[in-house]
Amino acid sequence: MAVKFVRPKIPKFAPDPWAIQFDDQGRLRHLLTIEGLGPEWITRILDTAEGFVSVTDREIKKVPLLRGRTVVNLFFEASTRTRTTFELAAKRLSADVLNLNLATSATKKGESLLDTLHNIEAMQADMFVVRHEQSGAAHFIARHVAPHVSVLNAGDGWHSHPTQALLDAFTVRRHKGDFTPLRIAIVGDIRHSRVARSQMHVFNSLNVGELRVIAPRTLLPTDVEKLGVRVFHDMREGLKDVDVIIMLRLQRERMESGLLPSEEEYYRLFGLTEEKLGWAKPDAIVMHPGPANRGVEIESSVADGPQSVILEQVSNGIGVRMAVMSLCMSASATGDA
Amino acid sequence: MKDAPTNLGIDYDPVRHPEGCRPGIDCAHWVIRGARLLDPASGVDRVDDIYLADGRIVAIGEAPGDWPGDHAEHVCPSGHWLIPGVIDGWARLREPGLEHKAGIATESAAAVAGGITTLVMPPDTMPVLDTVAVARYIKRRAQLAGRARVVAIGAMTQQLGGELLAEMATLDEGGCVAVSNAHYPFADLRLMRRALEYAATFDLQVLIQPLDPSLAARGCAHDGAVATRLGLPGLPVSAETAPLAQLIAMISETGAKVHIPMLSSAEAVRLVERARNDGLPITAGVSAHHLWLTEMDTDALDPNSHVIPPLRTIRDRDALRRGLAEGVITTVVSDHQPHEPDAKLAPFPETEPGVSGLETLLPLVLKLADEGAVSLERALSAVTRNPAALFGLADAGTLAVGQRADLALIDPDAMWSLDDVGMRSAGENCPFTGWDFGHQVGATWVNGRRVFLREE
Repeated sequence: MAVKFVRPKIPKFAPDPWAIQFDDQGRLRHLLTIEGLGPEWITRILDTAEGFVSVTDREIKKVPLLRGRTVVNLFFEASTRTRTTFELAAKRLSADVLNLNLATSATKKGESLLDTLHNIEAMQADMFVVRHEQSGAAHFIARHVAPHVSVLNAGDGWHSHPTQALLDAFTVRRHKGDFTPLRIAIVGDIRHSRVARSQMHVFNSLNVGELRVIAPRTLLPTDVEKLGVRVFHDMREGLKDVDVIIMLRLQRERMESGLLPSEEEYYRLFGLTEEKLGWAKPDAIVMHPGPANRGVEIESSVADGPQSVILEQVSNGIGVRMAVMSLCMSASATGDA
Repeated sequence: MKDAPTNLGIDYDPVRHPEGCRPGIDCAHWVIRGARLLDPASGVDRVDDIYLADGRIVAIGEAPGDWPGDHAEHVCPSGHWLIPGVIDGWARLREPGLEHKAGIATESAAAVAGGITTLVMPPDTMPVLDTVAVARYIKRRAQLAGRARVVAIGAMTQQLGGELLAEMATLDEGGCVAVSNAHYPFADLRLMRRALEYAATFDLQVLIQPLDPSLAARGCAHDGAVATRLGLPGLPVSAETAPLAQLIAMISETGAKVHIPMLSSAEAVRLVERARNDGLPITAGVSAHHLWLTEMDTDALDPNSHVIPPLRTIRDRDALRRGLAEGVITTVVSDHQPHEPDAKLAPFPETEPGVSGLETLLPLVLKLADEGAVSLERALSAVTRNPAALFGLADAGTLAVGQRADLALIDPDAMWSLDDVGMRSAGENCPFTGWDFGHQVGATWVNGRRVFLREE
């Protein structure tokens, strides 16, 4: 008697993980990472954002581009600033917005990520804005959503936070114009920062003159120089001739896990004080993705000083997110027609 | 889950040729004609006939004097190889305890389709393989399934807890081929040293996979450029080499015979080589996927390439290949860990590590020989004679008269991929789908029975 063997089907896995961001006609469908966008798409997003930033300066701030569309903010990790700006961006595009704080909800009851996703999908959502504490979560979700749904990554683990990097590039461009002669320094906890990783990709894609990272070795990931940065461990050397300084937030857990001895030593060596700011170019701008720890990574007088563009970053964030939302939805809009 | 294949029964029925004998299934006498016999242990490499009876190889070349006329015959197409059945030295079958992932029946059937005739199971079952009762249960389940032979490695500590010694001598007498604490750590170095001393008292083969839990932490990918770019928590090489160096210090003090199931880094290969040159009783193996994949394969965030120890750099992969070619590494294992689909349906760091590797072990090893990375002799030895010697399986791993009739027939000119033939394992978490393989198993005999025949 022969044993009958039924051949199972083995699902294929996309060899190029970044290709998933585009539909079969090459239009942007998801924004998961800066990688794979290239300078053309980045520039297109920044140019589109210029238009929206002027919308937000108007008396009536709404445009009807996403009327009748539903945007769902899926936040598996707590966030105020990013969620709020995504919400405002969606509302200014006239979309309906649903905020789901899942850090305290279903997934804690043992519901799988995929089940949560399909449930919300069944509510006819058109776009998911996703934040999750695991690297790769946004890719995972994009791989499993229905074909009409767009996924925007609002931060996954230590991996990627593309809209933050785009709004940083937007802010730099507004102040400095051309990227090619610029020196940009990112200072602080690069190892655990999705923002830093996305910034490296965005500035290198835009052909920045020189990109530096300044941090003690415990806050730098292995082989970070392979991402196209020059590594410094000293602020005086690292800030010399720099046009843009990006400070990163330092979390208090870093002291407990043996990465740093104390906030005081960190502030003394790597905190951006007025004195250290003087080592950069006189017209250097100071940026921070927020929320800043005053007296830990940045002095209050610097954060509030004339060279700081921190609040401008926040308002630019709305325009950049409007641009990304409208570009991603235009792919699916023409699909419906 | 896939249905288990029909039970064939592995225990040989001593009644010769009863009425209605089903050749190939019931028949006790086999002659396999016209295959190229390839066996590194005996040095045989020639085209000849081989005669099987009562579960043993009874003759090569000429039929024995009392050979019955009504035997079963397998005539091989010209050029096909007959090799000793493959011994996979480190394979999880998920039974008992995790039957929702796989079972002995499904996995031993997948094994024979890949030319594997003996599966060596680590003790991390549920309940833990720390009593003879569990070892007997596994043996009985394997006999009922009637495909590959399954042998067990006993636990070194009770419940693999790392604190109280398991009854290693009793497990040895009960048929366990070695002892190990699988991937579970010892409570401290003192306890580990005592476990090694106790094992050495009875000259037991010990298997220890060095991985420091504090250095490994949440690491899910090699701590290098790819993990840095993807923001994945890194698992550094020192998580392997630091405990390996401690282990080597304790081998030199206790004289325990220790085998490392899977090395993953160039530095670990160097440490083992040096310890062997110093005359220490240490041997090492490698998984088939570490010989072929690197950190670049985690680049697409494919959860099927999430393995522990992680896939490392090209330099590490090449050092592992060189270690195998030069004899520092003596065995290649599948590190088979079948999973249900849900285990891999999550963001990369949250997926369960492990690949389903039974069906690709032999094809990947032979592909290495094809590409000239190792000699065919070394490649075959690593899955036949060397694991047989390691686990004290004296009657397996070679084609010689009197040995167990465990054989695999291979078409060396096939072109196939897993996409075409599908996977038989209950776990389809395999990173090699889509790969082209040049060697395909056509038929497998275990204990003198043809338990697998590929139907075209």
